[in-house]
Amino acid sequence: MTRERLFNALLLAGLVLVPLAAQAADEPFTITLATRAVILALAAVGLNIALGLGGLVSLGHAAFFGIGGYAMGILASHAQSYAPLAEWPILIEGTKSMPVIWLVAILASGLAALVIGALSLRTSGVYFIMITLAFGQMFFFFTISWAAYGGEDGLSIYVRNGFPGLNTLAPLPFYGLCLVLLCAALWLFDRLAKSPFGLALGAARQVPARVAAVGLDPTRLRLVAFVISGAITGLAGALFADLNRFVSPAMLSWQMSGEIMVLVILGGVGRLFGPVAGAVVYVTLEHLLGGITEFWHIFLGLILLGIVLFARGGIVGLVAGRGGGHD
Amino acid sequence: MSPILIIEQVLNGLQFGVMLFLMAAGLTLIFGVMGLINLAHGSLYMVGAFAAAGVAAATGSFLMALVAAMAAAALAGALVELAVIRRLYDKDHLDQVLATFALILIFSEGTRWLFGSFPLFLDIPDALAGPVTLPGGIQYPLYRLVLIGAGLAVAALLGLLIGRTRLGIRIRAGENDREMIAALGVDISKLYTLVFALGAALAGLAGALVGAIQSVQVGMGEPVLILAFVVIVIGGIGSIRGALVGALLVGLTDTLGGIFLPELFKLVMAPAAATSAGASLASMSIYILMGAVLIWRPTGLFGARA
Amino acid sequence: MTEPILATRGITKAFGALTASDDISIDLRPGEIHAVIGPNGAGKSTLIAQICGGLAPDAGQVIFGGQDVTGLATPARARMGLARTFQISALAMEDTVLQNVLLGALGASGRVWRFLRPALKDRALRERAEAALARVGLADHARTRTAELSHGQRRQLEVAVALTLRPRAFVMDEPMAGLGAEGSKQLTGVLDGLRAEAPILLVEHDMDAVFALADRISVLVYGRVIETGSVETIRNSPAVREAYLGDPA
Repeated sequence: MTRERLFNALLLAGLVLVPLAAQAADEPFTITLATRAVILALAAVGLNIALGLGGLVSLGHAAFFGIGGYAMGILASHAQSYAPLAEWPILIEGTKSMPVIWLVAILASGLAALVIGALSLRTSGVYFIMITLAFGQMFFFFTISWAAYGGEDGLSIYVRNGFPGLNTLAPLPFYGLCLVLLCAALWLFDRLAKSPFGLALGAARQVPARVAAVGLDPTRLRLVAFVISGAITGLAGALFADLNRFVSPAMLSWQMSGEIMVLVILGGVGRLFGPVAGAVVYVTLEHLLGGITEFWHIFLGLILLGIVLFARGGIVGLVAGRGGGHD
Repeated sequence: MSPILIIEQVLNGLQFGVMLFLMAAGLTLIFGVMGLINLAHGSLYMVGAFAAAGVAAATGSFLMALVAAMAAAALAGALVELAVIRRLYDKDHLDQVLATFALILIFSEGTRWLFGSFPLFLDIPDALAGPVTLPGGIQYPLYRLVLIGAGLAVAALLGLLIGRTRLGIRIRAGENDREMIAALGVDISKLYTLVFALGAALAGLAGALVGAIQSVQVGMGEPVLILAFVVIVIGGIGSIRGALVGALLVGLTDTLGGIFLPELFKLVMAPAAATSAGASLASMSIYILMGAVLIWRPTGLFGARA
Repeated sequence: MTEPILATRGITKAFGALTASDDISIDLRPGEIHAVIGPNGAGKSTLIAQICGGLAPDAGQVIFGGQDVTGLATPARARMGLARTFQISALAMEDTVLQNVLLGALGASGRVWRFLRPALKDRALRERAEAALARVGLADHARTRTAELSHGQRRQLEVAVALTLRPRAFVMDEPMAGLGAEGSKQLTGVLDGLRAEAPILLVEHDMDAVFALADRISVLVYGRVIETGSVETIRNSPAVREAYLGDPA
């Protein structure tokens, strides 16, 4: 077992055991923190597909996170007010069922990623960064002006949505659901990375000219990666909104995009468990430093600078040495 | 809709556009010369605004406030360049994004720590307060007219600086061939610090000028930064002229879109629905403009063709 | 005369005042190695880019397999069986040698849209990739990270990736670039064996290799083909002597 695998196994064991211990010690807040970390990790695993495998520096992933959040908010708010979303041409009712909400979140954010990606991928490099940031901001302003769903104030739902056979109102079962989804996304990431598609995508990141010369279209590969990436981040957004029972334009802010990217890089770009390590450390720091000073972002900024200037490869890179991931 | 309203809105759009230009010019210059994407440019805008508000409160002089804004932003820019940015030139864009994102956090929280979370106010100087009457009987705030004039004047000066001076020649040479001008004995790292400080001063100036018509607060820079990115995408990276054209396009589209789209929608919809749909679409209009330019010319209106 | 597999018909490309390709018509016939030589700046790279799809000519056509492919993008031409190698090795340096040839096999097989099964477990792909490695003598390095290969091995891998396409024609951009005498000789042997499989349009500076391999040679000067013919014809051509040596015949 390599050091990276050992680290991953320990991290996963921690994610299973800590909330169980918190449950035994009757500390539900710790479970809520862990849930937050797991959901953010899921969002970051999504970004890691675009960024780590595809080399696409997207600063607009908050849009997908927020679309997932609004998918939850809109469906659940219609369900709780018993007002259908649409009556024509077909009757569409709201829902409080998590699986349905997840599916809608995945489809909606995937569709948004398809449109944003198709436009943004006409360019590359620094253009791509600025354009994804700008399109993210477009969705942000759209939600602010969308009075029907709360505008600037966002949308609250009264009760967390349900999952067949589980009491999602209790912290631990909801945490379990989130963890299972995170593991599924990690499995998918691992599979994708090794698949023919992942091989071609990785080559498109390193030598796009070669990929074209063997008959593959680098842009199409990137677009598919971007859509998968956005869809996973969208799913995380639906969970995040469910955790808070609230969704607002803040979920689509540029800071959120930056934060998701920070999680990936803090943990290690392109590493399977990079986003998980990044999210766990981020939420822990936020909790510990945030308790000491309200200006904890200064320290986060300094840590980030340190990572960029001195510790490429992030946490996983530090633990497991180089190789495996990439710069 | 009266012609007066339209002219007013066009002027508003121009005013917004020239302020965006001040931001975009610095960004595009820094990208063109050093190949750096600087997310912290909005922080320098904020630094300018805070410096102006502080100095104006202490001295009562708006002119002093403007000078202080540019000096503070240039100084902050130069310090940041020396301490952090110059380590990023050789790194990839991802590192640049991350490091300058970290700088935003440090600047924003540092400012919040120093000045608190409440907005400061910077008053329009008495001499520029109040409306003027334009030909045709249009009442328009003098200060905003001055902003348009100041912005265009800076654009012209910048054009002269880049096109006609020795520094400008070096900047243009730096865009084309880094090694060559280093080989010719130009101190490239000093040039980079200078260009960065120049870009920062422009951002600081914009922050101070706009600070007088909006509130001065933490986080004021980033929305402007992102709009400046839209400007650059539309105008083409590295092109000052592109930045000017892009900035005016974005300024006008944003301002006019907010006014006309709801009116336009009212022709086909109920008024309430039209207002809300129009407002939603207006909030997206500049991004739609950006998307259209991308489809038409992926490297921007004045960008080098890939 | 057999039908050419690949041909350009009067392709012309100008960059501002510089005419990089001036009415170039060359062809590549089955079984042959057709070398394109010329001094630096003659427009060889521009020619290759137009043949492979990276640049669109201002005028003229590129014909491949009897079809006008001028309007097709690079990937489409590659899928039709046009395989190229790069002057500066374009390899995925973080990946293993095997992964690089697998990439070629993927492109040719159309099996890239598979998301869940590891590429290494696709036996058909692997056989195709490993056969290509064996052809160039890199079978023992399948698991090596490409960044760790020597320059010479990277040149061999370039050819191997092109081989995985099982192409109908090769376009090789200075395959010998940077190779020593030994490496050059070895690669010459490999290319010699390839012509039976598919003809090679060979752009090359290494004259020993060109004279050893080429069935025909075209000489490109200032974007123009000044002479096409056998090795003997070219050796004795006054125009070529003038272009290269500057002595008027």
